[in-house]
Amino acid sequence: MSDRDSIFDTVKAQIEPFNKKGVTVTEATTFQGDLEWDSLTVMDFVAAIEDEFDIIITMNMQAEIETVGQLADAVAKLKN
Amino acid sequence: MTETGLQAEALPAEPATVAPERDLFDKFAPLIAERQALLDSGVRDPFGIVMEEVKSPTVAVIKGRETILLGTYNYMGMTFDPDVIAAGKQAFDRFGSGTNGSRALNGTFHDHMEVEQALRDFYGMSGAIVFSTGYQANLGVISAIAGKGEYIILDADSHASIYDGCAMGNAEIVRFRHNSVEDLDKRLGRLPKEPGKLVVLEGVYSMLGDIAPLKEMVAVAKKHGAMVLVDEAHSMGFFGPNGRGVYEDQELEDQVDFVIGTFSKSVGTVGGFCVSNHPKFEILRFVCRPYIFTASLPPAVVASATASIRKLMHAKDKRAQLWANTRQLHGGLKQLGFRLPTDTPESAIVAVILDDQETAVRMWHGLLEAGLYVNVARPPATPAGMFLLRCSVCAEHTPEQMAKVIAMFEAAGRATGVIA
Repeated sequence: MSDRDSIFDTVKAQIEPFNKKGVTVTEATTFQGDLEWDSLTVMDFVAAIEDEFDIIITMNMQAEIETVGQLADAVAKLKN
Repeated sequence: MTETGLQAEALPAEPATVAPERDLFDKFAPLIAERQALLDSGVRDPFGIVMEEVKSPTVAVIKGRETILLGTYNYMGMTFDPDVIAAGKQAFDRFGSGTNGSRALNGTFHDHMEVEQALRDFYGMSGAIVFSTGYQANLGVISAIAGKGEYIILDADSHASIYDGCAMGNAEIVRFRHNSVEDLDKRLGRLPKEPGKLVVLEGVYSMLGDIAPLKEMVAVAKKHGAMVLVDEAHSMGFFGPNGRGVYEDQELEDQVDFVIGTFSKSVGTVGGFCVSNHPKFEILRFVCRPYIFTASLPPAVVASATASIRKLMHAKDKRAQLWANTRQLHGGLKQLGFRLPTDTPESAIVAVILDDQETAVRMWHGLLEAGLYVNVARPPATPAGMFLLRCSVCAEHTPEQMAKVIAMFEAAGRATGVIA
């Protein structure tokens, strides 16, 4: 399994506790449209991802991220 | 994954005269529907209250009814102070009704200099800059002092003016979990060492009325080489030996780089300010856009503020009464079984947590009908999706008024089933 794959799986696992609607999570799943997260959920989730990977995802970066795949890409980039 | 919630949308300078094919207001439909449903339930609009007459810092007439005010930020009850009013009247007579211009051009009068001197004296700091509102003070200072490639680290529960200051500037924005020293430390530790950093904190968080562990947070910020800005809007006049705020109460006077405050709460007029000992502080007058590109405060407003600030320096009795009132309210509500966010009264804000909007508004309505005004607060203003009835206490409330208030809460709480 590549790094990117394992990052995606970890992100997916981190989404689950916040996945109240039980949406099937794919690369294309969007946080706002599909998961229907409000700003508070986004905040808690981002904090969890940051702590999981020991990175910082600034609010500036968050504004550019719409899908789970984009988040996995950003995490992969930030980890290097 | 963008910040959602109630956000101001930019309006076109010259709206089209014909209806556009796609109505830009369509996006407000869910909010319009939610508000309509609320009003259809028969309650009064919590966001449409009109004070027909204001009799004192604690009593107003709303819909013809004399109402106790427990949802204003008039903590020190200065709005009807005779000296504060006299100073304003005198300035009206001597300098006219307005300045017609920016602080940077023709809008700095004698009284603007006087109020900045009063602030330097009140805070014991070398620099003071007055803005037209507290919102603009945060907007201007935060957006100006952290630039591109630098970092602002803010508490997740920060006030909208802090978030908006971040959005207006070009810095990288990082937030940490509310009041978590560990979370702040971790995040600062992950940032590159070189770039400048500003940690933004508040002394009192206005939704739940909880105070920040500033001592620990400022120590962590300093450990990582960050400058610190503390918003003390909700603490002026009654925290610390000189009423400077939570930072003074926690003995951090030589540790905090910038303090933001407001005239619209304890001072009792309107306006905002930043005070600092930074040797180059004055340059902010040339780089803060919300300072430059807006009209300055009317002379009467700043003259009143000066009189109020100077009186607040010695307002020991008011301060004692404010804390006594707060303890009475917090203790009374707690004893009745209401859910309060803090175990003890940490500030002059006492919030009651309710399960949903409907209960919150029904209870708010009941209180208003009984003659008591409190605030309804709802997401996204509140943390963790909470619905609150928020009380802010005034030094001018009497123990008898407080007892009445507690009795009104008891009746409304039982009527709505919030308490047994």
